[in-house]
Amino acid sequence: MLIKQAPDIRSSEITDERLYRNRRQFIQAASGAAMGAVAGATVLGQYGGALQAQEPIPNLQKSPFSTDEALNSYEDITTYNNFYEFGMDKGDPARYADEMTIAPWSVRVEGEMNKPAADVDIDDILRPHTLEERIYRLRCVEAWSMVVPWVGFPLGDLIKRFEPTSKANFVKFTTLYRPEEMRGQRSRTMEWPYVEGLRMDEALNPLAIIAVGVYGKTLLNQQGPPLRLVVPWKYGFKSIKSIAKIEFVEEQPRNSWNVSIPNEYGFYSNVNPEVDHPRWSQARHRPIGAFFRVPTLMFNGYADQVASLYDGMDLVRNY
Amino acid sequence: MRRLKPWVFAACLIPLGLLLWRGFTGGLTANPIEYITHRTGDWTLRFLLIALAITPLRRMTGWSGLAQFRRMLGLFAFFYATLHFSTYLVLDFFFAFDLILDDIVERRYVTAGFTGFVLLIPLALTSSQRMIRRLGGERWRRLHRLVYAAATAGVVHYLWLVKLDIRPPMVYAAILAVLLGVRLWFRFARARPGVTSGVDSSGGVPVDADPVR
Ligand code: HEM
Repeated sequence: MLIKQAPDIRSSEITDERLYRNRRQFIQAASGAAMGAVAGATVLGQYGGALQAQEPIPNLQKSPFSTDEALNSYEDITTYNNFYEFGMDKGDPARYADEMTIAPWSVRVEGEMNKPAADVDIDDILRPHTLEERIYRLRCVEAWSMVVPWVGFPLGDLIKRFEPTSKANFVKFTTLYRPEEMRGQRSRTMEWPYVEGLRMDEALNPLAIIAVGVYGKTLLNQQGPPLRLVVPWKYGFKSIKSIAKIEFVEEQPRNSWNVSIPNEYGFYSNVNPEVDHPRWSQARHRPIGAFFRVPTLMFNGYADQVASLYDGMDLVRNY
Repeated sequence: MRRLKPWVFAACLIPLGLLLWRGFTGGLTANPIEYITHRTGDWTLRFLLIALAITPLRRMTGWSGLAQFRRMLGLFAFFYATLHFSTYLVLDFFFAFDLILDDIVERRYVTAGFTGFVLLIPLALTSSQRMIRRLGGERWRRLHRLVYAAATAGVVHYLWLVKLDIRPPMVYAAILAVLLGVRLWFRFARARPGVTSGVDSSGGVPVDADPVR
């Protein structure tokens, strides 16, 4: 993958694993103690073997949108994943995602746009963009959260290159469909391939990014390389992984979770502590690595940047 | 036979041992509370079903020695249920009783799980020989039929909590259906004159619980 080279990367600038380790040790010890054991946990990690070599990404720009909250560890971020294309267990993506080949990779771009429809090679997608670090909160619909130092660029910058027309009310994204390499796609737990979508103004919001890396390195397969969406004010499942197709469409696309269980997952899926999931509360969540649940914030704490997108909208009906 | 019992007891502690070992080696995943909740929930249900399988197995194989494990297996189900509930109470909600009450009332999967747990409490309390004698065999047996309801509540709890893939809870549901169905069949077979082969006089109810034996 082509990533613009520049000399001075210091991954130590963005990594503070010590902080995380302390929290982690605390919780491991606390859980152990609660099970009747004595404290003294070590951090070993079961999936250490699955980590492949990745390319470091040099010279990242910092972003004013980044939070200064403590980061989750690289291990947490890469071993606790929802990527149902590889199985339903949180450990399945780390176990099986390396069966997916990500090179060569191109993205089909089509729909309501002035530029001609095309299969765009990953290098051509990335070339014009300057990569930045965006440290975002990630809130899963299952009521847990992480803080992730993404590497990426604004989705809006990519969209504008294709000159969507006035009919392009929505952007529809589709994940790679390759059951030979993606074992979860061999069982019909969901309708494959996975589809997600954003309203055009949401997609153009500067918080929405295309991510290519984490912790200053390119994404591991379980994180949805080579390109994935990150929309931090929405539940995690909106941030579709391993994007193979981008379409500009007039009608609101039906996203996969909405197709699967329409009364539980809507199109908008904004983080909203006041609208509970039919089966569990969304008022609070547990940050991974922390012991206690904390209150969930409207739009995952990004209300200043995105609340105006939804002025006058009934967010209970448009869940 | 007697010598088997300590081994079965030890085997029943393996799931707890695995959890502890993972606790010490950092193997409880990035979300240890969720992991512990899931594993203890799994084993609660498994032990309930194993305990429920004893009587039918004993009848079919004629191996009456199986009966001696039933109480122990039932108590292990309660043991893992207690760990499961304690995980929720302490690690997950840290005694926030107002929130827990909301959860029990509002979330149907918690309602079902909680019902199952509450139903198991009187069974565990009356599991000793002394309590059996105190209650008398017939009353004790009737009380202990609550275990059917507890297991059903457990399966319903699991069915209602899964996000998407209902296959795992359906497997448990199928096993429970067979275990309860076999009991009905025993009863039905007994009720019909002439069909008595291998069926003793107690119908589907666990006779081997007979206290004064
Ligand atoms: C007879 C009693 C019970 C049985 C048999 C049981 C069984 C289970 C099973 C099989 C699971 C799923 C494990 C998995 O996903 O692998 C589970 C999850 C869970 N149970 Fe229970 N349970 C019982 C009682 C309770 C009670 C009393 C509570 C709390 C009040 C509770 C709270 C939970 C929670 C919070 C989860 C995880 C839900 C999630 O991840 O979304 N359970 N239980």
